[in-house]
Amino acid sequence: MINPLPNTHTQVVYQRPKSLTTAVTHYCPGCTHGVSQRLVAEVLDEMGLREKAIGVASVGCSVFAYNYFDVDFVEAAHGRAPAMATGIKRVFPDRTVFTYQGDGDLASIGMAEVMHAAARGENITIIFINNAIYGMTGGQMAPTTLPGMKTTSSPLGRDIEMTGMPIRMAELLSKMDGSSFVVRRSLHDATNIRKAKKAIRTAFEVQQQGLGFSLVELLSTCPTNWDLTPNEALSFVEEKMIPYFELGDYKVADAVKALKL
Amino acid sequence: MAKELLKGNNAIAEAAIRAGVEAYFGYPITPQTELLEHMAARMPALGRTFVQAESEVAAINMVYGAACTGKRVMTTSSSPGVSLMMEGLSYIAGTEVPMVLVNVMRGGPGLGNIAPSQADYHQMVHGGGHGDYHPIVLAPASVQEAIDITVLAFDLAEKYRTIAVVLADGSIGQMMEPAELPPMAELKKHLPHWAVTGEPGRARRLLTSIYLNPDDEEVTNMRLLNRWMSIRENEVRWKEYFLEDAEYVVVGFGTAGRVALSAVRAARAEGIKVGLFRPITLSPFPEAQLKEIAAVSEGMLVVEMNAGQMLDDVKLATEGLLPVEFYGRLGGVVPFPDEILGEIKRLAAGPIPNQNGHARQRWLERLALIKERD
Ligand SMILES: Cc1ncc(C[n+]2csc(CCOP(=O)(O)OP(=O)(O)O)c2C)c(N)n1
Ligand code: SF4
Repeated sequence: MINPLPNTHTQVVYQRPKSLTTAVTHYCPGCTHGVSQRLVAEVLDEMGLREKAIGVASVGCSVFAYNYFDVDFVEAAHGRAPAMATGIKRVFPDRTVFTYQGDGDLASIGMAEVMHAAARGENITIIFINNAIYGMTGGQMAPTTLPGMKTTSSPLGRDIEMTGMPIRMAELLSKMDGSSFVVRRSLHDATNIRKAKKAIRTAFEVQQQGLGFSLVELLSTCPTNWDLTPNEALSFVEEKMIPYFELGDYKVADAVKALKL
Repeated sequence: MAKELLKGNNAIAEAAIRAGVEAYFGYPITPQTELLEHMAARMPALGRTFVQAESEVAAINMVYGAACTGKRVMTTSSSPGVSLMMEGLSYIAGTEVPMVLVNVMRGGPGLGNIAPSQADYHQMVHGGGHGDYHPIVLAPASVQEAIDITVLAFDLAEKYRTIAVVLADGSIGQMMEPAELPPMAELKKHLPHWAVTGEPGRARRLLTSIYLNPDDEEVTNMRLLNRWMSIRENEVRWKEYFLEDAEYVVVGFGTAGRVALSAVRAARAEGIKVGLFRPITLSPFPEAQLKEIAAVSEGMLVVEMNAGQMLDDVKLATEGLLPVEFYGRLGGVVPFPDEILGEIKRLAAGPIPNQNGHARQRWLERLALIKERD
């Protein structure tokens, strides 16, 4: 085949990050798990961390994240990823250790592990996917499910009289003295995806500099269990989730500000 | 190295350090807390990892993470804490990474008490966590043996990529005895081929316990089972006392075995031909050895600080070849040698009265009499 353009005119602007394998993901159409994993992979590539990173997958739809990242990985028990990451980081302090956890995993069964990892100022990075539902088990109520939102275990809509209000993890974790960088971003459009990537990059920089606990909460979609089309799901994030889970920087420690990233 | 006066818990901790443990994760609980405290004082000073976790759930999952790096890792606890670790232990078994757990057992169920007990035999020996797996379980009966077994536990765990448990009880943990510690071993220089280490220049590594396809899970289960069969073949350990000419045999592990030895000596002094068989590996259980002994003995007495948990395994191993009687104390009560001596005499006095029912039933009836007498 003849390349119609001279080589000097071709420029690769988009390709698979080296930190991703060629495996086809099992995520549903319109699910933003794939987007966030790509962002993490791009950051690992850009920072040259692929060969010194150790990922900790959690229990949820992202349980097979390790099939998609071309880096060393372990797979934790439900909610325990921050503890497992602690074990790894303490024996290999110079490796880049990150967890990738859903909201059921992190905010429900794993509440103690994440709070104490933050309290210890554990020098790990957590990518926290908040899709307001338990995706993997088929759409049950999560601690992040919005008031009135229908799920298979709140069929009449989440009743806050009985179940309380959704937990805002970024706000909660920002109160821990050991947290250095805790922010919330969204994956519902290109602008926000770019901002999310920047936050992920900062989180890994924080770890690289040994500044302590970093967490990026990403508002994410679950069209399948929300019973919405992919586009409707993106609108749901923007119109329903963001008003409750406001985007923002909840904790940026002075040492992180000084990084001037 | 010379003998020193050592407390069991400290001795176990120091033995682990000298065996080259590089990371320790734990949570305070009596009667094992000195173990954690010893680690807190020594590990950071040696440049090794010590973390007091927020719970035993977190501690075992920290161990899980650290074990995936191929380094020597351990946690220690006592009964209620070990219950909380069962989830992590099952994952560790399923992921085939080595680790050492020390359980300094106390009275239960529930919060129970802090007195010595052997009531976690079933939980430790027959699994505990979900799924099909067998840990190696070793039971020391003295401070010296606790030291030796702790070192051995690390070697066995690594050799078979398995969980090795040191199953002690509160009295082993708390007692002081002269004992000799091993010299300081060098830390491991080479990590195993499966270790997740985040290193450049090689294909990525993955450690997991999930096998969604049942055929793959079956292959994994088979691999675990084959390894277990080879452990059964090669790693059975026990101690015998006065068995050469024994007509009657007492079987007991750990502290119960030690108290029984005093009773056996007293019975020998009275001319009763009795010996002691003390399993050191409760898992793998010395089945073949017990069967051999059963074939040439008149009767057996199992002594435990529980309601006859090992008794079931002894009965299985001896295949009805001889009468097996039981004596136990519960709830953190340690039997006196005299109590066991009485049981030995009863066994040696000839045909056991009221052979009907189970050994446990007969023991309960006798215990009721004893209790009334008190
Ligand atoms: C101890 C334990 N309890 C329950 C489960 C079942 N389970 C698997 S995934 C999951 C929920 C995951 O939801 P989330 O963390 O929100 O992730 P998502 O699937 O939405 O990405 C549950 C409850 C389990 N695997 N282990
Ligand atoms: S169930 Fe929901 S979270 Fe899971 S892959 Fe599908 S869309 Fe994504």
